[in-house]
Amino acid sequence: MNGKPAEPFKFRTRLTLTEVTGRRALNIAELLEGIKAADDAVVYHHTHRFIKQSHHLVPEGANDFAYWVTNTVQADRLGEELTSIDIVRYNSLAALRDAFVRMLERHLAENPGPMRTVAPGREFHFMRAIRFSLPTACAATDYESFIDCLRNVSASSLYLHVFEARLRPPYGVDDFSHWFKTNFGDEAVGREISRLDPYSYTLEGLRRRIIGIIERRLPEVLHG
Amino acid sequence: MAKIDEYLQAAGPSAIEELKVIASRLEGRTILNVNSTAVGGGVAEILSRMLPLMTELGIKPRWELIKGGEDFYAVTKKFHNALHGARQELTAADFQLYRDTLKANMETLDLDADIALIHDPQPAGLIDKKPAGAKWVWRCHIDLSNRQEDVWEFLRGYVSRYDAAVISAPSFSQELPVKQFQVPPSIDPLADKNKELSDAEVSDIMRRLEIPTDKPLISQVSRFDRLKDPLGVIEAFKKIQPYVTARLLLVGGSADDDPEGSQVLAEVRAAAEGNPDIIVLCLPPTSNIEINAIQRASAIILQKSLKEGFGLTVSEALWKGKPVIAGAVGGIPLQITHKYSGILTRTVEGTAYWMKRLLHEPAYARKLGENGREHVRENFLLTRHLRDYLLLALYLESGGLDFIHL
Repeated sequence: MNGKPAEPFKFRTRLTLTEVTGRRALNIAELLEGIKAADDAVVYHHTHRFIKQSHHLVPEGANDFAYWVTNTVQADRLGEELTSIDIVRYNSLAALRDAFVRMLERHLAENPGPMRTVAPGREFHFMRAIRFSLPTACAATDYESFIDCLRNVSASSLYLHVFEARLRPPYGVDDFSHWFKTNFGDEAVGREISRLDPYSYTLEGLRRRIIGIIERRLPEVLHG
Repeated sequence: MAKIDEYLQAAGPSAIEELKVIASRLEGRTILNVNSTAVGGGVAEILSRMLPLMTELGIKPRWELIKGGEDFYAVTKKFHNALHGARQELTAADFQLYRDTLKANMETLDLDADIALIHDPQPAGLIDKKPAGAKWVWRCHIDLSNRQEDVWEFLRGYVSRYDAAVISAPSFSQELPVKQFQVPPSIDPLADKNKELSDAEVSDIMRRLEIPTDKPLISQVSRFDRLKDPLGVIEAFKKIQPYVTARLLLVGGSADDDPEGSQVLAEVRAAAEGNPDIIVLCLPPTSNIEINAIQRASAIILQKSLKEGFGLTVSEALWKGKPVIAGAVGGIPLQITHKYSGILTRTVEGTAYWMKRLLHEPAYARKLGENGREHVRENFLLTRHLRDYLLLALYLESGGLDFIHL
């Protein structure tokens, strides 16, 4: 521990407004073209929003593209592959988009025959997320107040700091790990948090898990 | 009217805190709403509950009503039906009447505001008098996916000049030169139809309505309309009767002023005839608490629609924490993720299968209900609806940034 007074960790939260682009896909080739043309706001909407929306349900390792391919196009193998794309391992939305593009291009190259077109009304709609970052009333200066905040902030705030933070500098690092490391020289919290997987927990489960990680550090921190 | 903090329990403290932060960035702004009716209909109901919340949050909401004669409303009714996909004959005189009525309204309405939400086709033409610097949004509550070409082309001329359009579901989107946003409708958790009721209150109402509760109740609350498929519901229920102990309750209006509704009601009564476990109940349109109690007393709620707009009755049912089996049409799939937050079906057989399954697996049914309620809490409450409008206002003020740091 470096003994300096900590820079307060000010919890923020993320809200989105959904823009409908009007672009639709009726088959996998059109899905590919749509993803190729997608900007960051589109990629964000169909990957990051999905986890947040499902956070109260059982954990679901997927994104909108995988969900549509699996449940509507019923291309099970491709759906499974798209599900396996681990969105939090990419440091930019462009890199994430390229991963989807590569996978769909390979699928189309390997399956050149006629493709299934879904019924009207079951199209994939490309949407964009207009992102808003908001302050919350929660701020922490030490381990205990950090735990207090974790108990009270919204699931969106948790998601923003743990997963979405990895998309901005310092790339690939979540906000919590960064704060504990730079303010307390504590790298153990970071090591544990960086291993968390959004697909393995509901966000409420994730909240409990992070609280557990920091609580386990408390005796060591308090008693030197 | 309810105060914003009264929504804490239903929406959660974060949602209320977020609303206050967003509203603080819009403090003192005037937000004008224009529609065609002050009472009756979903738009008026939402506005009458949402605008007091805006005031409490420091925003200045205003509400103007467009005025017209019976002939004007006959034309806009035709617009409405044509946009819904029911073929209408419109003449050049009809379109001219619309233009003339809008022009007369422009002389009398106070359209001065920072942001305006213009609801549905009736007032759309007011865009001709949009004040300089104001941001105008066309708020469309109608499913445009089967719209009639000539009516849409006429309206498109107006809508294309707005700063943005708002639709309820992505499938309602149209080709437009302006940005379109998705803002689904919402339910008010504090309204009589949705507010919490104690077990005693529910029992009292069920007793008063003479609905026995000795068997698990499966209910569908919907007007007697073929598109709600009440006969399909009865057919599905009869299929499971040999295997389950349950009672079916179909609740709707009396349909006195609706010849087709009366016909459907007569057919429903005939289909239920002689079956002691099928109850057909007609309630007056003001029976909000009664419907709330019926839903809370039900083991399963159905909405077996064959065609639907947004189908907000599904959210009303999910809000009571009940397992819902609903037709996969209109906006219903946005409210139910199949097998996670409810059940989506497409056939009588599928509906029967899932009714039986949920009656036999109460733990799973309960989980569906819990997930459904949480999904509504996150996505279909009045507070989220208000939040989306305020975010849209901030977006328009920002000049259209994709990322806004408050």
